Amino acid sequence: MGGKGPAQGRALFLDMRRRLKRDTILSVLLVLPSALAVLVFVYGFIGLTTYVSFSNWNRLVPDYTFVGASNYLRLWQNPRFVITLRNLGVFTGLFVGGSLALGFLLAVLLDRRIKGEGFFRTVYLYPLALSFIVTGVVWRWLLNPGSPQMGSTGINLLLEMMGLGFLKTGWYTDPRIGIIAVAIAAIWQMSGYVMAMYLAGLRGIPEELREAARVDGASELQIYRFVVLPMLRPITFGAMIVLGHISLKIYDLVVAMTGPGPGYFCDVPAYFMWELTFRANRFAQGAGIAVILLVIVSLLIIPYLRHSLRREVEA
Amino acid sequence: MRFRFTRLILYLVLLGFAVYYLLPVYVLVVTSLKSFAEVNLYRMWDLPHSFSLESFHRALVGGMGYQGLAPNILNSVMMVVPATLISAFLGSVNGYVFSRWQFPGANMLFTLALFGMFIPYQSILIPLVQTLRAIGLYGTIPGLILTHVIYGIPITTLIFRNYYATVPKELVEAARIDGAGLLGVYRRIMLPLSLPGFAVVIIWQFTSIWNDFLFAVTVAQNPAVQPVTVALNNLAGSFIVEWNVQMAGALLAALPTLLVYIFLGRYFMRGLLAGSLKG
Repeated sequence: MGGKGPAQGRALFLDMRRRLKRDTILSVLLVLPSALAVLVFVYGFIGLTTYVSFSNWNRLVPDYTFVGASNYLRLWQNPRFVITLRNLGVFTGLFVGGSLALGFLLAVLLDRRIKGEGFFRTVYLYPLALSFIVTGVVWRWLLNPGSPQMGSTGINLLLEMMGLGFLKTGWYTDPRIGIIAVAIAAIWQMSGYVMAMYLAGLRGIPEELREAARVDGASELQIYRFVVLPMLRPITFGAMIVLGHISLKIYDLVVAMTGPGPGYFCDVPAYFMWELTFRANRFAQGAGIAVILLVIVSLLIIPYLRHSLRREVEA
Repeated sequence: MRFRFTRLILYLVLLGFAVYYLLPVYVLVVTSLKSFAEVNLYRMWDLPHSFSLESFHRALVGGMGYQGLAPNILNSVMMVVPATLISAFLGSVNGYVFSRWQFPGANMLFTLALFGMFIPYQSILIPLVQTLRAIGLYGTIPGLILTHVIYGIPITTLIFRNYYATVPKELVEAARIDGAGLLGVYRRIMLPLSLPGFAVVIIWQFTSIWNDFLFAVTVAQNPAVQPVTVALNNLAGSFIVEWNVQMAGALLAALPTLLVYIFLGRYFMRGLLAGSLKG
């Protein structure tokens, strides 16, 4: 009996180890198809696109002759490309800033023991379930200014009816507004998402913290400024990343709502990329725009991924 | 008294915002219910005098010189159902492995996959079109399904990984002491507990695949296989299509995801929060 125990234990241990080894191999095999797919379709394709951007493929038939950075140079000299970059900057600033501000405001208002909170939350958030195409189609009509001869339509008409006619503008038909009108529709669609994130964050702040600040004589405004906002910083950061990367690749909303517009004042790089590549067959230049977009998004995403994974390991 | 007054203002402000968010839906519904005689851009905010389903009919089956959306809605269904189910299954398997079986390099691999969630798809479009052409799937619904399944791997894996991480360790260890291996633990412990995880992933993938435009317009340019987003954009971009038909078409294209949101909003929210990496 005395000798049997350790021997049995050892057999069990060896069996466990054998099983563990088999399971480790099995686990690798299970994720292998997905891993290979991502490797090829994400990393391989990014590599190919980058290569195409340095090639001479600017007509229908592929031509992989290496031409250095000439496609990038040509893009840079193209006024339309420069306009799309400027529009993208304006759009991103307005869209990210506007969604954050509106989302935060809604979350703060909803966080005051509101009757019917569920209803309001649902209403503020539902645009997120829509496609940018639907949003674009509807907002194109809402922001259609109408004409002085025939009368106003859409939001302009609504402003007139409310006696706020002086606020009427040409919206996306006005070169000075252009892309701002697209940002208005995008904020409408995404601000509910920010509200939901902030509301979840606000609910996570213990009431004692605010109570303690109140006892110390802080006003409600000061509590938000010095207690709530700093605690919500990770959420602000996360929302900025998500909104920022949506903004940089914005395409469908522009397609459905405005198109590039005369003088390209509603144009964005993703739209220009698609037209260059699949309409004008300038594959190498289109690939160049795609690579530039990827680099901008990576500058945003890679530090974020590293940061949140490190936090996860620490937790 | 003052307290009551500020509460009143608060509710009025909240209602004001609700009106702002509902304006587009108001226009969509009101316009698509108007009869053709009644449709007038300069009276777009007025309520309909009569009730008419003419616009929905035309948006579905077509009218003078344009096609309806019915075949495209069918295309979208034929694309979204298999794509969603396959990517949910893949996500579940991957998520399980990444949450419980840390083989060497697993974390690195997971991070590399996550990056795929954020890339602008413009940066893979050209090789994607060439590859789909080479394997004979360009311009087909299976081609779109393959595309959505592959680019859905990062998000579905992430959601399931975070979900399985919440399953108590003791449950898994008990099953392993009982002799269950990798597949046994998955079948006996994880899969039976997976229903909420599947709900989140299926709703998430359903919504994003149904709403996708970029892949659809790039891979399926042929009208016979176009999903509804592409067809709606063509319908709305055409000058001969009546305005109320456009609104009815937009409402029809939005309806499936809207219904999912209204009835399964809880799961929708969870997918949303997972999409921002925090789980």
